[in-house]
This record gives sequence, structure tokens and C-alpha cells, in this order.
Amino acid sequence: MTYQLETAAHPETLRRVAIDPVSRVEGHGKVTILLDDQNKVHQVRLHIVEFRGFEKFIQGRPYWEVPVMVQRLCGICPVSHHLAASKALDVIVGAKKLTPAAEKLRRLMHYGQMLQSHALHFFHLCSPDLLFGFDSDVTKRNIVGVAMTHPETAKRGVLLRKFGQEVIRVTAGKRVHGTGAVPGGVNKSLTVAERDELLKEIYHIIQWSREAVQLIQKVHTQDPGLYNSFGIFRSNFMSLVGHNGDLDFYHGTLRARDDNGGMIFDHVDYQNYNQVIEEEVRSWSYMKFPFIKSIGKEHGWYKVGPLARVQNCDQISTPFAEHERKEFVDYAGGTPMHAPLAYHWTRMIEMLHAAEVIKELLHDDDLLSDDLMVQGERQMEGVGVIEAPRGTLFHHYQVDENDVVTMANLIVSTTNNNQAMNEAIRHVARRYLHGREVTEGLLNHIEVAIRAFDPCLSCATHALGKMPLQVELVDAEGTQIHALSRA
Amino acid sequence: MTAPVVVFCIGNPSRGDDALGPFICGELGKWPEIGNAQVELIEDFQLQIEHALDLIGRQLVLFIDAGTATTAPFDFRQISASTAVAHTSHALSPEAVLQVYRQTEGQVPPPAFVLCVRGDSFELGAALGTAATAHAAAAMVLLARLLAMPELAAWQSLTTGAMGDAG
Repeated sequence: MTYQLETAAHPETLRRVAIDPVSRVEGHGKVTILLDDQNKVHQVRLHIVEFRGFEKFIQGRPYWEVPVMVQRLCGICPVSHHLAASKALDVIVGAKKLTPAAEKLRRLMHYGQMLQSHALHFFHLCSPDLLFGFDSDVTKRNIVGVAMTHPETAKRGVLLRKFGQEVIRVTAGKRVHGTGAVPGGVNKSLTVAERDELLKEIYHIIQWSREAVQLIQKVHTQDPGLYNSFGIFRSNFMSLVGHNGDLDFYHGTLRARDDNGGMIFDHVDYQNYNQVIEEEVRSWSYMKFPFIKSIGKEHGWYKVGPLARVQNCDQISTPFAEHERKEFVDYAGGTPMHAPLAYHWTRMIEMLHAAEVIKELLHDDDLLSDDLMVQGERQMEGVGVIEAPRGTLFHHYQVDENDVVTMANLIVSTTNNNQAMNEAIRHVARRYLHGREVTEGLLNHIEVAIRAFDPCLSCATHALGKMPLQVELVDAEGTQIHALSRA
Repeated sequence: MTAPVVVFCIGNPSRGDDALGPFICGELGKWPEIGNAQVELIEDFQLQIEHALDLIGRQLVLFIDAGTATTAPFDFRQISASTAVAHTSHALSPEAVLQVYRQTEGQVPPPAFVLCVRGDSFELGAALGTAATAHAAAAMVLLARLLAMPELAAWQSLTTGAMGDAG
């Protein structure tokens, strides 16, 4: 099937605008826009090329290496891959239920990551757009610009990140390449000193997180004309949901709702994810397009991540975040909010929840226990699913009798949002670019829409000073007629 | 006590020549100078905003990274905080880390240098290449001199030409 603005009727007659790579989005994203002579938009596509080779990287390795190796897939959220792989391999080693200490230590690690990742996105990647405006001076539209004009905001972003990284360090054993989670449990607990160091900081962290929610709520509600409509499209939602329908980033069952909030499926054991989710390949993109099987590929695609999770759950178990969830739901008027910029609001609600859960866990003496491992009857196949900062992350492995991984299938969060991101940028292109002369500020609108989803595109290759935004206008003969760039 | 010298080794061990930073970190970790509280090694995939906090209390800062357009075997140069490095991904440039320090700490950052070692291939699952390994060996010779004389003037005297793009 084709989607509106996905494929132009006569692309050979159109001008091409390429945003390559997309700035402040990890890795190698590229947006191509085909325009006619009147600058009318005929085709918009987000291309992501970096997910090739993940499965080959894993296949052929002993299963016990996998939780450590998969961290190298992503320099931004290595803990998500570490834990999703460990959960899948729990199944392989027959660990049906972890010890309370192991489960809580993993949860602490994960919520630490959620906090630091959301802080990075809000204070580093999206706050420049939100604080300065989408058309603002390009040299200010970054974290350095934020630090210059809002030093306290920038400082809190740094300290929130640092705290989250410290939670990861004490639970994973190291700042990077941690080994905390292993199939069947974890290999270290917290010391009293480690716990007490974190406890010293957590109350500041919660307070700053509360203020971050209030800041983004204020930004959003002060300009409803923009924030409730920018890049908007309707879709289904999907996420894990925890016990009793709680928001849960670490464990639960799969739930999907339609665009009106009606239930599509619920309580689905993620071991059977491929009974409800299917992936479509399209010729123009290396990244697959997942969809809900029962609805089909045309209407079965969905959003994942904070906006999906906060609206998919029935409640949040921690008081401050639950209060903010209710505020958000009330603002939405009792129907699902689909505006991509609402991702920022819900992302901060999640950051607050993560901070509150960390506080609860730090008061739980199970974190100090040495009862860390379980085993059971060896299995040949396992699936691990986790709610990563950007959305639902699937790891699926088959392991042979020699303990070697023979099959790996990963559906990363950004893949789950593939169609959704494409829909968002098509809406923005129609609204802001259609019939107008292309400028850097207008093209940043496209990037603002993509950044709302916080996609992690390359997973692990960093790039210092080599990610300029390059935009080329090329006529039908392939001749460059105009170029924009920023370094 | 904070070590007066901090060395950031940046890269992904499983991305071909992006492993230059972690490889050099591993080699440096074997040196006695590293264990004497004078030098702290920090290895990471990418530079992030919180790394600005690792600059507090330092006298010298060194960022080691792979570079795609760097003159082989390496470039070594002093850097300063910069707002010109405007657009990055989730990661920061060394200059931006210094600038975050300047803005969040309200102080001039400590003297900082980049050692950018030439790399060529950055594919997932690839090992460190032969040429990159040779470049790393050359860089280790320089590092021996740097860490034997952890003083600003001495480091400045060893700088090379302009640095290419780091990757």
C-alpha cells in the first residue's frame, strides 16, 4: 500500500531536498523531500540506515556473552539492550522468576537509565527548540545556547544526567560496559555506602524532576495552537503495562489501544509477541515497519514511547507522577493526545516517575541482599521486552545445544516508531514547507518533529564535529541549484 | 583526591577503528603512571554533558578519539571552549564539553588537548584495523612523553597540525 506523501507519482520531475544527517538525532538519519517548481511537497521520507547488521553481530556468540555485547549496539541506551537481552536469556536458562533482590537491582539500573536518558533529551536535545523557538538563531539552538541563557536549567540537566549515570555505575559495576545483569539474575548487589550516596541526592532529583514537568507543561499549555497541532497524526499506541495496569518500564504484558483509546489487545505475554506484531519491509528504507497483525499494515502501525506509555497505562504507582499524569489526561480532555510535541510533556512525567521509583528502591533492603541468582530448566528460545527510553524494545533469541545463539531478532524502539515519525514529518512538510521557499528555520521544523520521538538512529558510533546538517536542492536533471549547511 | 590529569578515551570497541579510544585506554591502564593518582582514565562511548563535571579540579585534560580525516598517524592539538560547535547528536564534541563546564561551573575550563588518531573503517562487529593499530602504537609513544611531563608548556610543545574530523 502507499501512504499520503510517501511516494510521489513522478519523482523524476521534482526537486529533491535532503536533510542529511538529521542533527541532534543520533547517527545517520536522512530526510528527503521532493518539491515541484512551486515548492509544493510531493514526497517526504525519513531514511534510517544504521540498523543493518544487528542480528549478525549477535548470532554465533555464546549466549552468556550477549548481555554485555549488545550494549555496544547503542552508545545512548546500552542499558536497555543489556536488560532486554538479559530478560530473554533468563528464559533460556529457565529462570522463570528472579529473586526479589535481582529484580529490584535490575529495575534500579533501568530507572536510572530512564532518568538520565530523558534528562539528556529534554535539557540537551529539545530544550533549545522549546526555549528559543524553532526558527531561532541556529548558533544558539543547542545545549551551549541553553547554558548561556538559562544556566540553572543547563546545570540541572547535567546533574540529573550525572545522577542517572551513577545509578547505572553502582548497579552495572562500571560506568560503561557494565556486567550487572546476567542470565538468571545479577552479579552484584549494592553496598550500604553506595546506597547512602544515592540517597543523599535523590530528593533534589525528585524536586528538579517535578520542576521540569512544570516547565514543559507551562511551555505546552501557553501555546496550544502550536503544541497541540504541530506534526499531529492519529495512530494506535503500544507499550508494556505492569501489574494492575500500572506504568512499568521494566516488566509487564503488551497492551495496544486504538486512536480513540479503545483496547486492541491486552495482557499479551511478550513471549508471543509475533502473534500480535508483524514487520513489513519497504523498498526505500532499511528499517522495517512494524504493525499490529489484527488490524493490518495499512492502519495497524502505532506509536511507542512516553506518549504511548503514559496514555496506555491505567495509573502511575508514584504520587507526584500520578498527579502529573492526571493533569495531562485532563488537559487532553478525556481522549488520547496525539500531538508529537506532547512527547516532551509525558517524557518529563516519566522522568519524575523514575526518580520516585529510585527513591522507593533505595529504601528497600533487598538491594543489599546476596540472593542474586536462580536457574531452571534450560530452554532453546526466549524473548525479552523492556520499555526503553524511546519505547518498546524486543530481543528474541534461539540458542542451540552448544549454547550458541543461532537466531536473533531485535525490534528497537525507533523501529516501532518508524511509520509514526514519517507521518509526523509529512504533516509538518504539508503545513510549513508546502509552497514556500525552503529555509534553515523551516527545515528545523522537520527536525523538531523527529526529535520529539527522540529516535536513536545509529546506535553507538559517535561523531564529534562531523554532523553538519546539509540540505541540497537538486533539479530534475540532478544539478544542485541551492545548498544550505551548518556545522 | 582528584587526579590532576584526566584522560577521556572515547569510542566503541565493536565498531572497527572506533575502538581506538578504548584500545588506547586499555594500554594506558597497564602503565604505572596511571595507578599513582596523578592520572585518571575515563572510557566512554561518547562525550556527554555530564563529562563537564569530570573536569572539576583538573590541571590538564586530554581527549583521545578516532578521526576519519585526520592526518596519519594522529593529530595532537590544544582546544578551547567553543560555541561554534553548534549541532551535534546526542553526543558532544570536546570543545562543547569545555563550554558546558564554563557555563555550568562559571569558570574557565582547565587546559585541554585532543589526541585524534586516524581511523578508516567503523563497521559494527569489525575489529580494530591493522593501520589503526599502527597509528595507536605511534600515539602511545606520544602519550609516554605527555604523561611523563604533565605540564601545560610541555604538552603545548608537542602539538601537531590542525585536527581533522573526529569520528
